[in-house]
Amino acid sequence: MATAALGAAMLALPPGRALAQPAPLARAIPSSGERMPAVGLGSWITFNVGNDPALQAECTAVMAAFFAGGGRMIDSSPMYGSSQAVIGRGLAALGRPDALFAAEKVWTSSGANGPAQIDETRRLWGVERFDLLQVHNLLGWEAHLDSLFAMKAAGRLRYVGITTSEGRRHDLVEQIMARQPIDFVQLSYNPVDREAEQRLLPLAAERGIAVIVNRPFQQGALTRRLDRAPLPDWAGEIGATSWAQLILKFILAEPAVTVAIPATTRVDHVRENLAAASGPLPDRELRGRIAAHLGAL
Amino acid sequence: MGPWSTYRLDDFLLFSPRVYWRLFEAENAALWPLHLATTLAGLALVGLSLRRPGRAMVWTGLLLAPLWAFVAWSFLLQRYGGINWAMDYAAPAFFVQALLLLAAALMPGGPALGRLDAIGRAGLGLALAGLLLYPALALASGRPWAGAEVFGIAPDPTVLVTLGFLLMARGRWLVLLLPIPLLWCLFSGLTLLAMGEAQAWLLLASTGLAALLATLRLMRLGARAVRE
Repeated sequence: MATAALGAAMLALPPGRALAQPAPLARAIPSSGERMPAVGLGSWITFNVGNDPALQAECTAVMAAFFAGGGRMIDSSPMYGSSQAVIGRGLAALGRPDALFAAEKVWTSSGANGPAQIDETRRLWGVERFDLLQVHNLLGWEAHLDSLFAMKAAGRLRYVGITTSEGRRHDLVEQIMARQPIDFVQLSYNPVDREAEQRLLPLAAERGIAVIVNRPFQQGALTRRLDRAPLPDWAGEIGATSWAQLILKFILAEPAVTVAIPATTRVDHVRENLAAASGPLPDRELRGRIAAHLGAL
Repeated sequence: MGPWSTYRLDDFLLFSPRVYWRLFEAENAALWPLHLATTLAGLALVGLSLRRPGRAMVWTGLLLAPLWAFVAWSFLLQRYGGINWAMDYAAPAFFVQALLLLAAALMPGGPALGRLDAIGRAGLGLALAGLLLYPALALASGRPWAGAEVFGIAPDPTVLVTLGFLLMARGRWLVLLLPIPLLWCLFSGLTLLAMGEAQAWLLLASTGLAALLATLRLMRLGARAVRE
């Protein structure tokens, strides 16, 4: 199964591409200095395929291509239906790649239920411990942060974080970032959702908090909308060959961003996303042009 | 969680339309040709309701109750539950509805059929649509026939047919028998709407119509009780 999935992923490559593909840009996690490839893999919706064997195999192929392209961080949540089990099945099929950086969440309003949920999540992934656990959408955040900090202190967890999406509750996110010793914050950010630039991204840089960017393509709505328009010629200045790459390059050019985690069901898209993290990134002037262009479309 | 006003309908959608529709293809492949039996049984009940209404609701309850339980177990828990944790709550509701249908069929004073009035005729139309029209929506929507939603196999047509029979009937039990089917139709209609599926409007319109007609039926029942 592992060989078949990996083989399927490799067969879809243009000749010579597998070895020639440069390693993606890596950013340091501020609290540790550990280097992390700047493009990760999200699993919201895309990996929730239930018991469908064909779709599970597709997800495994996506994961195989992700690791083959130098990716490390895979992110999921108990809220994502069968995604955790599908990731676990894929990791087992791929022989549990050493490169994996397992990022998960705790998602329950009850602080008392958090540890049991984390244990179940660990069972589904088939990992001994997670690299990163985040409080999903700040649900029950005070109790969960206490538990996660205790796990980290006991050596059962490497990093602690919080998440939000679609610009929700930024005031509370800001308070937590300012007062709690978290390692990561996860938020939505892209050329048309730029609220995080106002306070959260500068605060993350100031406090040494790594930033994970979720929903870079607005769950695909942004790229679907843009697909009707031609890619501007100036996208070629930074080596972007698709709207998705242009968006990811815009995001990764923000110095406070550590990892963007686009989700996909397609092997060619995961390669395209990883390729966005190599080659030049837009400067300030070009970022402004990207945001203005996308905002006008 | 943030304020509810910041959420869009599709923020609650946990899966892609492709994954959702493949559930029906897998269920149909596993259960064929049971579809023929459930559809023929449903049509037989329609015929019985028109020709011998006296005992029809007993047989209707006796057929619908196990079908609700079967759909809950086979589809909601075994298939849909794999991608939507909300089925942990929906499936027990289906089991409760199965018990209510069984109790209504067997206990004295259960719902009864009489001469079809305008509401009853609308219910008949809804039941026939659930039996014959709903499976064809797959083809009409450009999906494969193998993914058709069939009465007794898939939840939406099963619930629509149930609503149809309930609108044809009279009696106080309707107060207990209507909420779960109506809530399911609302839930499923909103799910389809979030998926951008046109058939969402058919389901939501049917739900609205059934709720309106059921309210009228119950108001008439209440007015009659007051007069008596």
